[in-house]
Amino acid sequence: MTILKNSGVIIFLIAFAFTSSSLLANIDLYEFSNEVNQARYKELTKELRCPKCQNQDIADSNAPIAADMRREVHRLLEEGQDDRTIVGFMVDRFGEFVSYKPKVKPATYLLWYGPWALLILGVVIIVFMASRRATKKNKAAADELFQEYQEQEKQGALLDQHEQVEQLLSRFKDD
Amino acid sequence: MNKRLVFLTPLAIALGLGLILFTAIGKDPTKLETARLNDPIPAFNLKNLADKTKKFSEKDFIGKVSLLNVWATWCPSCRVEHGYLNALAEQGVRIIGLNYKDEGEAALTWLKKLGNPYEFTIYDPHGKLGFDLGVYGAPETYVVDQYGVVRYRHVGIVDDEVWSQTLKPLVEKYSSISSKAQLQLQPKQ
Repeated sequence: MTILKNSGVIIFLIAFAFTSSSLLANIDLYEFSNEVNQARYKELTKELRCPKCQNQDIADSNAPIAADMRREVHRLLEEGQDDRTIVGFMVDRFGEFVSYKPKVKPATYLLWYGPWALLILGVVIIVFMASRRATKKNKAAADELFQEYQEQEKQGALLDQHEQVEQLLSRFKDD
Repeated sequence: MNKRLVFLTPLAIALGLGLILFTAIGKDPTKLETARLNDPIPAFNLKNLADKTKKFSEKDFIGKVSLLNVWATWCPSCRVEHGYLNALAEQGVRIIGLNYKDEGEAALTWLKKLGNPYEFTIYDPHGKLGFDLGVYGAPETYVVDQYGVVRYRHVGIVDDEVWSQTLKPLVEKYSSISSKAQLQLQPKQ
């Protein structure tokens, strides 16, 4: 019984050891000369996309190429390069694809301005349709009021006639 | 008239977007643009796999159109294409090997066992030239012209289809340019 229990513990420990090692697999131990560089490293590795596993940034990826890219980012940072140079360095090698923030140029206009253009167009269409609907509604309401008024007029006229007849009749009654 | 416009605008937008997106259908998203296209081979200074006392540089590409094949013993697809590369080399195609992130001994054993299609092999254990070229997976095969300029990159294995439909026409195109250029360089008699 105790042996069984122990083997269970051992299996658990082995399993735990494996999970933790796979969790740790992606942590590079880079030393930075200052905290600013460390923060920039974090930012940059999130801004660069892994060419091999395409839906991951290089901070998140276990691919060897992502590890190489992280190493180069670290090296360039410590060399004192600015962010634009570092991203440019990667784009030179792997193409615009690796940057999650591609440069604004004719080929990326659609990407950068497309959503805004669609949004503005949508707002214009909504305003246009709403204003049309409002004028239609107003017109309908006015028509209704006018009809009511006409109706009342008619009824009023009828009432008047009715009263006149009554008055005439009442005269004859008195006599 | 206005009502028609209201309904036609979304239709026009949908059609326009559809056209733009349609051009991307069938594109393999794992095939990236070649950042180094029409750039010279990046400068490098790396050892010869077969003889570590000798070194190669980007100048060793100059003179003849060549295929630069990126390979490694850890790469199963490289084994698949190796036989075809041997056949190409026999036809007289100049192939230069880039042994990428590999162990020298294992690489040499591989070449002894499977045959050596490479005019020479650049030994790049840390993937330095590979990184500068933008290699993101082996095998990759580049067409490099006689001036050492990258003209094409193929990612994945080279087989008869890839060779005869894509690589061969490029090699022939740039080779013909080179012979024309040489003719022009020859002094008139």
